[in-house]
Amino acid sequence: MAAIQETVDRVKSVDVDAYKYGFVTDIESEKAPKGLNEDIVRYISGRKSEPEWMTQWRLDAYQRWLTMTEPKWARVDYPPIDFQDLYYYSAPKSMSGPQSLDEVDPEILKTYDKLGIPLREREALLGIPGNRVAVDAVFDSVSVATTFKAELAKSGVIFCPISEALQSHPELVRQYLGTVVPVTDNFYATLNSAVFSDGSFVYIPPGVRCPMELSTYFRINERNTGQFERTLIIADKGSYVSYLEGCTAPMRDENQLHAAVVELIALDDAEIKYSTVQNWYPGDSDGKGGIYNFVTKRGDCRGARSKISWTQVETGSSITWKYPSCILRGDDSRGEFYSIAISNGKQQVDSGTKMLHLGKNTSSRIISKGISAGRSNNTYRGQVFAHRKAQNARNFTNCDSLLIGQQCGAHTIPYIESRNASAVFEHEATTSKISEDQLFYCMQRGLSGEEATALIVNGFVRDVLQQLPMEFAVEAQKLIAVSLEGSVG
Amino acid sequence: MLKIENLHARVDDKEILKGLSLSVKAGEVAAIMGPNGSGKSTLSYAVAGREGYEVTDGSISLNGESLLDMEANERAAKGLFLAFQYPLEIPGVTTMTFLKAAMNAQRKQRGEAEMSTPDFIKTVRTAADKLGIKQDFLRRPLNVGFSGGEKKRMEVLQMMLLQPRFAILDETDSGLDIDALRIVAEGVNALRSPDRGFLVITHYQRLLDYIKPDSVHVLSAGRIVKSGGPELAHELERNGYRDYVADAA
Ligand SMILES: Nc1ncnc2c1ncn2[C@@H]1O[C@H](COP(=O)(O)OP(=O)(O)O)[C@@H](O)[C@H]1O
Ligand SMILES: [Mg+2]
Repeated sequence: MAAIQETVDRVKSVDVDAYKYGFVTDIESEKAPKGLNEDIVRYISGRKSEPEWMTQWRLDAYQRWLTMTEPKWARVDYPPIDFQDLYYYSAPKSMSGPQSLDEVDPEILKTYDKLGIPLREREALLGIPGNRVAVDAVFDSVSVATTFKAELAKSGVIFCPISEALQSHPELVRQYLGTVVPVTDNFYATLNSAVFSDGSFVYIPPGVRCPMELSTYFRINERNTGQFERTLIIADKGSYVSYLEGCTAPMRDENQLHAAVVELIALDDAEIKYSTVQNWYPGDSDGKGGIYNFVTKRGDCRGARSKISWTQVETGSSITWKYPSCILRGDDSRGEFYSIAISNGKQQVDSGTKMLHLGKNTSSRIISKGISAGRSNNTYRGQVFAHRKAQNARNFTNCDSLLIGQQCGAHTIPYIESRNASAVFEHEATTSKISEDQLFYCMQRGLSGEEATALIVNGFVRDVLQQLPMEFAVEAQKLIAVSLEGSVG
Repeated sequence: MLKIENLHARVDDKEILKGLSLSVKAGEVAAIMGPNGSGKSTLSYAVAGREGYEVTDGSISLNGESLLDMEANERAAKGLFLAFQYPLEIPGVTTMTFLKAAMNAQRKQRGEAEMSTPDFIKTVRTAADKLGIKQDFLRRPLNVGFSGGEKKRMEVLQMMLLQPRFAILDETDSGLDIDALRIVAEGVNALRSPDRGFLVITHYQRLLDYIKPDSVHVLSAGRIVKSGGPELAHELERNGYRDYVADAA
């Protein structure tokens, strides 16, 4: 996502009125027929000229999915989804595969410009030196542009749409795809496995520190279209990568489904830092429209001393169902989860993490800040587990909730299970309200009620904001202020 | 400058201010003294526009403009400042960030440009030095873990930066040792000017040795029961409030 000065300025200058990214790009698109069946799965696979094993993988997933039911345990409430009433593939007509920027439809380039995501490398270079970000832009079902590919290739880094990786590095994809989130994992992950259209693929070779931030920017444009992207990141031994992900969608009255799968694999001594600023359209204040964000994200610390860290700022979507997790398989591996989840209006958030300690001397840290305003509901659901063999497992969890107003709810649901006596798990949780005293104090100094609320909330989430790359943090801070509008008074 | 007439105010359905009148001219420092629970803080909240402090009768105006229909932040932008008796902690928000947000919020309301960051930092540092506030306090979350005295100094720092037209200091002296008291008083005295007014709420004559008031008023049971010159403070110091409390009852 945009991490250069230009973008920061743009973000600063946006007027704080409503959802800013709600515009629709008028572009012709090519869609698969509505509904889901084997032919649609084959169609998607065929559009991307996938190898036969991939088509079969998808078909197996589809068959499996037919036997599954939607999970109901989350604290969210929505009418049944008609999975036959959705489009599963939509691509801008002007492009059916990855191509050079010169060929990208100007309307799409304009869209990303408007969103503050510079796709033209020359422009991106005008930013602060050393502060470059390589971007993969996914528009509905396809990746429309990936920047800085050539430069990354010099250090052996592969960063491309996953559809392209299936052509250029099929053996890598085949080796790792589905090894962290198995095809059978859960209803939405299985659906994704059958119909995923695009997403990013990253491979960092042994010993390489990725020379720039990588990022993917997701945009849903088309009506009634589900977005099912698939991200696969592999950090080989001793490598490092920081990856950012951003998302927006137009304002539409109907709900849109987004069911992504992200798999991270860190081998010995490797480190992956994955940051998300999720700002899908949240629906209007009455709860009409908005994105259903049903996402499976999981990292596998497969190697010894490996490290995976998730940082998320979740402000959008009408429903969020998301638990970025770490499997701490390698000895001495470490998992981290830093989260800010803000709900306002009638948004529903059920989010958290899982830290599964399998290896020896594994450690994990969870810092979660939930902010509920309006008539929203915000649940933290977290699992910390130590396997019988997870000698000396350590976890620290801090889970704070902040309530704004009288009509919202905050819930904390920790599941803690230790099968090894040497494991030490610490859990702290607080729930607080912004006090009238604090608000009046700030207002006496000149801040409006909303400015005061945003300031206090920014203070509340400071520990987590500090985990974000700097430019990203500025953006996130602004987003927090915007998403709390209308929460006071 | 500040004109309060026949002010009746209630909190939680309980009438606390019962027909209070007080007027402070530009350039004047007025002191309010009174026993605990007489309504001094309530008066400062009512003037500053705190929600829940319902004015049922009377008027409050600053420079001829009624404050009653204004939000607290609008009153602040008009130049009204309140140094709190119990300053609030704002976790996670550094003092520097808070000060900048406050200054810019007021400037924005007045249609003025934001202060540049270098200018801002310089201004804050200079003021902090004058008040004996160490620089590392500015990087800490506002008032979190500060001692009572440190919080009070922070209030005066904010006042110096915001340059209000009218300032109310609610028991800013309580919790201060004698050195801190002198520093705080110097801060206030430095701001004294012909077009600025002060209302200094205090329990003790002590503060008035450093900030010389032009007038002294005794507040008891929600009303001003006696007004006089600086000598009134000395009399109260000798005899206590007994006479006035009895009057009001
Ligand atoms: N929120 C409140 N609800 C009811 N009574 C209050 C409230 N706040 C203050 N009071 C009462 O109002 C009176 C004046 O309080 P206050 O203005 O704080 O006095 P002072 O500052 O002079 O000590 C006291 O009797 C106090 O108990
Ligand atoms: Mg008081």
